[in-house]
Amino acid sequence: MKRTAGLWLLIGLAGYALLPWYMVSGGVFSLGWVVDMTGKGAAPAFWQVVTQGKWWLAGPLPAFAAVALVQGFARGQLTAARALVGAAAAGLGLLVAQGLLIPGSAARFGWIAGEGQPGMGAGAAITALALLLILTTGISGLGRGRGDAFVTGLIGLIVALVAIFVFYPVAHVLIRAFELKGGAGYGVSEFLGRFFSANLWGLGCLAGGECGPAVNSLVLGVMTGAGTTALGLAFALIFTRTGFRAKPVLRVLTIIPIITPPFVIGLALILLFGRAGTVTEFFADTFGWEKTRWLYGFGGIYLAQMLSFTPIAFLVLIGVVEGVSPSMEEASQTLDADRWQTFRHVSLPLMRPGLANAFLLGFIESLADFGNPLVLGGNFNVLSTEIYFAIVGAVADPAKAAILSIALLVMTLGAFLVQRRWVGRKSYATVTGKADSGRHAALNPALRWACYLTALPWAAFTAAIYSMIAFGSFVKLWGYDHSFTLEHYIRAFSVSFANGIRFTGSAWDSYFTTLTIAGISAPLTAFVGLATAYLLVRQKFAGKEAFEFSTMLSFAIPGTVIGVAYVMAFNFPPIELTGTSVILIIVFVFRNMPVGVRGGIAAMSQLDRSLDEASIMLGANSFTTARRVIAPLLGPAILAALTYSFVRAITSVSAVIFLVSARHNMATSFIVGRVENGEFGFAIAYSAVLILTMLAAILILQLLIGKRRLRRADRVEA
Amino acid sequence: MLNKTQKGSVRFESVVKSFGEVTALRPLDLDIAPGTLVTLLGPSGCGKTTTLRLIAGLESATEGRILIGGHDVTHLSATYRKVSMVFQSYALFPHMTVIENVAYGLTVKRMPKAEAHARAEEGLEMVGLAGFGKRLPSELSGGQQQRVAVARAIVLEPEVLLLDEPLSNLDAKLRRHVREEIRQIQQRLGLTAVYVTHDQEEAMAVSDRIIVMKNAEIAQEGTPRDLYERPASAFIADFIGDANLLPCEVTGHSADGTFIRLGDDNVILSTAKAPVGSASLVLRPHQVRMSRTPAPGTFAAEVSYAAYLGNQIQYTLTSALGEVFAVVPPGAEPFATGDSVFVGFPSAEVQLVPAVAADQYMTK
Repeated sequence: MKRTAGLWLLIGLAGYALLPWYMVSGGVFSLGWVVDMTGKGAAPAFWQVVTQGKWWLAGPLPAFAAVALVQGFARGQLTAARALVGAAAAGLGLLVAQGLLIPGSAARFGWIAGEGQPGMGAGAAITALALLLILTTGISGLGRGRGDAFVTGLIGLIVALVAIFVFYPVAHVLIRAFELKGGAGYGVSEFLGRFFSANLWGLGCLAGGECGPAVNSLVLGVMTGAGTTALGLAFALIFTRTGFRAKPVLRVLTIIPIITPPFVIGLALILLFGRAGTVTEFFADTFGWEKTRWLYGFGGIYLAQMLSFTPIAFLVLIGVVEGVSPSMEEASQTLDADRWQTFRHVSLPLMRPGLANAFLLGFIESLADFGNPLVLGGNFNVLSTEIYFAIVGAVADPAKAAILSIALLVMTLGAFLVQRRWVGRKSYATVTGKADSGRHAALNPALRWACYLTALPWAAFTAAIYSMIAFGSFVKLWGYDHSFTLEHYIRAFSVSFANGIRFTGSAWDSYFTTLTIAGISAPLTAFVGLATAYLLVRQKFAGKEAFEFSTMLSFAIPGTVIGVAYVMAFNFPPIELTGTSVILIIVFVFRNMPVGVRGGIAAMSQLDRSLDEASIMLGANSFTTARRVIAPLLGPAILAALTYSFVRAITSVSAVIFLVSARHNMATSFIVGRVENGEFGFAIAYSAVLILTMLAAILILQLLIGKRRLRRADRVEA
Repeated sequence: MLNKTQKGSVRFESVVKSFGEVTALRPLDLDIAPGTLVTLLGPSGCGKTTTLRLIAGLESATEGRILIGGHDVTHLSATYRKVSMVFQSYALFPHMTVIENVAYGLTVKRMPKAEAHARAEEGLEMVGLAGFGKRLPSELSGGQQQRVAVARAIVLEPEVLLLDEPLSNLDAKLRRHVREEIRQIQQRLGLTAVYVTHDQEEAMAVSDRIIVMKNAEIAQEGTPRDLYERPASAFIADFIGDANLLPCEVTGHSADGTFIRLGDDNVILSTAKAPVGSASLVLRPHQVRMSRTPAPGTFAAEVSYAAYLGNQIQYTLTSALGEVFAVVPPGAEPFATGDSVFVGFPSAEVQLVPAVAADQYMTK
């Protein structure tokens, strides 16, 4: 314990005395601050205290001194551990208080009146990290977490990260919503009035008028959730319970939408069904039908969301449908149930958690979807776009954005809680350690045809949409001039070899930024997600349920809300990140982390716990065990987490659109900008390149990580 | 190199383990002598696996002290205890070859790879698997995997070797073979070994001493012979070997032995001891003598079931004292279902244990 604490003491001291405490222009890696070390802004905290009299930065100093004393003089494990915990907790407390109490501009109250400070930088981060890990090391010394400093450190780290990057920003939104007009403080009076107003919850559409955005979002979410779940189930059943021939084709059609930026579908729909769309023109010409704008509104958004989110439901459900143990179905059949009864009374109830999960995902995705409503919305207002316009619109109204965010949050969290209730604590585990042979019951003919008739037309429709995307990127001006051209690709991705290689296309900047940020955030996401899963599955500690819930929370928070929250929280000291690429990386890590957690939990639950215990018994510590035993066996889960977070980082729009800056623009927000300008061909060409990039990345990842051979042959179900 | 293994004693001082509300172990005192093989035996949920995991350091004691080799290890994590364990599921790392598995404990202690593999090869030789190092665990049979798990545990030269139901995944014939091998290795290396099982025959076959546990406590402790011949309670009598428990009344003692009243008869037992009052007579199935004619010290019964097993004949008898299960050699006079018989027993061999409540009388 002492060795670990000593190491972190040294690191903390280095951060405190050698690195600039506050953010420096150009970033800490530019090293420009080195020459300016004793200057005003870039000085490490220690020098600021000594030379500039900024006494409030001295907080960590007594803590470090106490830790050093413990290192030198403390006798006895428990005494030393208690002293470490006390010292580090006090130091951290002072550091946090300092950060929160002294604002960016001059402070308004008490003995710190008139003082201000910029955002915290590398020095503060290292110091805080060191104090945190000294604290957790001390806690392990008290015998918690089976006395394992690695485990307590990991818990401390993840709790701190979730607190800073999920709870802190969301708290900002909540507070903002209760702000009274004109900076008069906070209160519920205005909030209640605005929250329950008819502008938000109006039911005018029943009487032929317009409904409030909250009502629109709710209806859309429920219908999308139900629709994608039904379609996903049909696809999953075709895959697992029928002898359908063209499964590979179907598989591709169900995967591609996942790697498609969400608004691209909306775009393709416009090209097909918009007023100048191919299909619209066709029917207008042949049957003399009137060209309408039906697509711009509920119908269009619903269609686009169904196309975008059905694959997600399918991916959730195929795992569940496959997971239903064949022996249960066989047992049912030997008890004289026919195929329909077996499906209705055995298979379907066992799929309940999967169905609930698929519905929840569809519901939340629909509520959070920003791209499709933006492209197709028309007069049909939903919460996510309203939030966006409240922030960036002509009349910026952060309080309104906060209130709308709360409405959105209430719905998603509500759905999340209802789902947990409904699935309940019943055991649905059908994958046991025992080798399970046997085959899944086939569907009865009526059900099979029902599946075919729902899923296959849908697949054909998806195929049509994607061929439109490919086609659309090669024509001059969709709907008017269908002559072949490469102009869009050239404008986006031209390269000049005149003086060395120069990337002259207008898309390159955002393309490289996107790849870099996705490339950095993917491994981080996988690490944080799987580390959390490891703690949840393999370790026992106090407050584990709360810990699990809080890590899943960011999953139920729509991207738009996260975006708004980050803008509100990280625009000012103590943590000032807006306009940097770091904030984009962070938002991806914490947005996508829950999927890593879920995948990790599923994979780790299948690893017999005695494997870890065997490693521990053989003298390995938990870090070595995690590295040499667990990580290698989690290959597929790591791959899934990496792929997912990479793809999500590239395709997401909702949170990103608030956080991009001129210097760090992401591909999706760049494309949305083109769409708003009406440059459909360009937008589609860029999207096509993104899709191909992601396909390539997925293939490369799969080759890199590959499959490890664990048994003679993977058993394949007959 | 392997035969210089340190011997270690294990000592529990009033160890308590509870999981929330549930008490898995009441205050438990335990002493295991160095170099012996001690078995923890008991029905499932009796606390035997918890005891094993406490020695291993995979669970931490709620109260009390644990000493291994004389050192207090109560708060020492499993990583740093000189204890190895063979798991019920073997827990071989599926992504490592056999040799990597066996060398794992050595390499995590930063032993150079070549040396670690040489030592691991020695360990494999010891369990008769020399040359199997390059295979994956999944390419071995169950018995071979089991031996790899043993090799992996002993190459670390542990002070104490723990075995958690090591044979439960093997088929019956292999079980006898492997348990003899484990016993031989333990004796050759002079290891202290703690062995958990719920199979009393297995326990009798391998152990120096057996600790029988029940309801989170030690029910009785002793050599296999002690437990079988001098059970301290009806539970032990029934658990270690089969036993018919017949209600009786101890009426007095004399130089000849103990007087009991069994049904309507008075019998003198020469070796059994019990205080005056109600008691249970422990009648082993092979001690039952059946005849068609009454004699002093016998009681009447009727054959309700008979089964011919080749090397023995099994009878279930119904009597006023309860059901009696009997095993007789195949050469003896055969009886048929429905026959009336008289049941006798060697009064110098049967034992007495404290009475159990009437509704708990049962035959296995």
